[in-house]
Amino acid sequence: MALDKIGIAQRIAQELRDGWYVNLGIGIPTLVANYIPEGVNVEFQSENGILGMGPFPFEGEEDADLINAGKQTITNLPGAVYFDSATSFAMIRGQHVQLTVLGAMEVAQNGDIANWKIPNRMVKGMGGAMDLVASADNIIVAMMHTNKKGESKMLKECTLPLTGVGCVKRVVTNLAVLDIVEGGFKLIERAPGVSVDEIKNATEGNLIIEGEIPEMSL
Amino acid sequence: MINKVVANAKEATQGVESGMTMMFGGFGLCGIPENVIQAVVASGVNQLTCISNNAGVDDFGLGFMLQTKQIKKMIASYVGENDEFERQMLSGELEVDLIPQGSLAERCRAGGAGIPAFFTPAGFGTEVAEGKEVREYNGKPHILETALTADFAFVKAWKGDEAGNLVFKGTARNFNPMMAMAGKTTVAEVEELVPAGELDPNEIHTPGIFVQRIFKGETFEKRIEQRTVRAKQ
Repeated sequence: MALDKIGIAQRIAQELRDGWYVNLGIGIPTLVANYIPEGVNVEFQSENGILGMGPFPFEGEEDADLINAGKQTITNLPGAVYFDSATSFAMIRGQHVQLTVLGAMEVAQNGDIANWKIPNRMVKGMGGAMDLVASADNIIVAMMHTNKKGESKMLKECTLPLTGVGCVKRVVTNLAVLDIVEGGFKLIERAPGVSVDEIKNATEGNLIIEGEIPEMSL
Repeated sequence: MINKVVANAKEATQGVESGMTMMFGGFGLCGIPENVIQAVVASGVNQLTCISNNAGVDDFGLGFMLQTKQIKKMIASYVGENDEFERQMLSGELEVDLIPQGSLAERCRAGGAGIPAFFTPAGFGTEVAEGKEVREYNGKPHILETALTADFAFVKAWKGDEAGNLVFKGTARNFNPMMAMAGKTTVAEVEELVPAGELDPNEIHTPGIFVQRIFKGETFEKRIEQRTVRAKQ
């Protein structure tokens, strides 16, 4: 069965390593914070200016001066720090953040990503996404494999305006874990009960399948 | 000590004129200069170029200045929370320059720091790079971004003293320190205004040299954009 959003977040959480600073984007990536593996200490950076971001506040304890990049009220954890936006992006561009997890509308087999604009329909802006994808060494994209019409979002080439070029390393979808390698999307794992053929049919870009493909363990 | 104190938002915005470029600190509705925005609305100036990470929501923040059509051009990184903004942009009434958030922050910082331009990897290969010089450093392409300055920079701090020194609270700091540096005239509105000497010099975030006028804000609504909570166990 294909994963839901929580399943995608759980699978991405397995990528977290002890001692990492991690930036989580809006949407599915935010959920990753709920599934940190036992014994792994990570700190979450939010680009509006906090390291050491904690969970949502208890009702009645919200602070208008303490939000994340999604403008949601949050809390801080012991050891947290606040800083200005230039310092925040120094952390990001300067590669002091070890992992960036973000959502996407499309990913191409060469690692291009599009997630900020649909011409003449939706123009919200790129926020910090372009700085994040251009700078981070390790970028994982969390997304659905296909759109609501069933069309693939894993493409030979992106059709929407790009956010970054050749930057995505790994994609975790509701169907599979894919790595971007020379020549296309390399199939690493299948979602529980999802067949290789299903993944093939949902992938427009070149899918590289080598040997037996294991199922994810969640 | 050079005393920067003015009475209120009206006095703090003396000299604003139509056609000016203005910076507004804040991220979403967090750390925005609420009182100054009302004063600029009341002043009736228009044809403004506004530089701000976001454009407020329909009925708060810079949204007020969109309703009154005082903004000609908006320079921002994310504008997704505002229907009137979207309408004015899609109809061509409003000029919009969307730039990556880190580039926006650094362009303000550079403007205040006397650095006319810099190279950044953000936006290479995208619409943002169109018409910009590309240069390779350490094997990676970068694009040339230029500094931003403004006739007025409007910022909001938690505490400030008579000398214009500022302390911010939580994530309300965001763009305020860089914009304070980049304004020809920088106006700070604060929740608490204290005599010089009361703030610990070790803990000041923005030195008063970057601030020309400071006042205690009349009212702060501090509206929350996305109220997210968890249940008590």
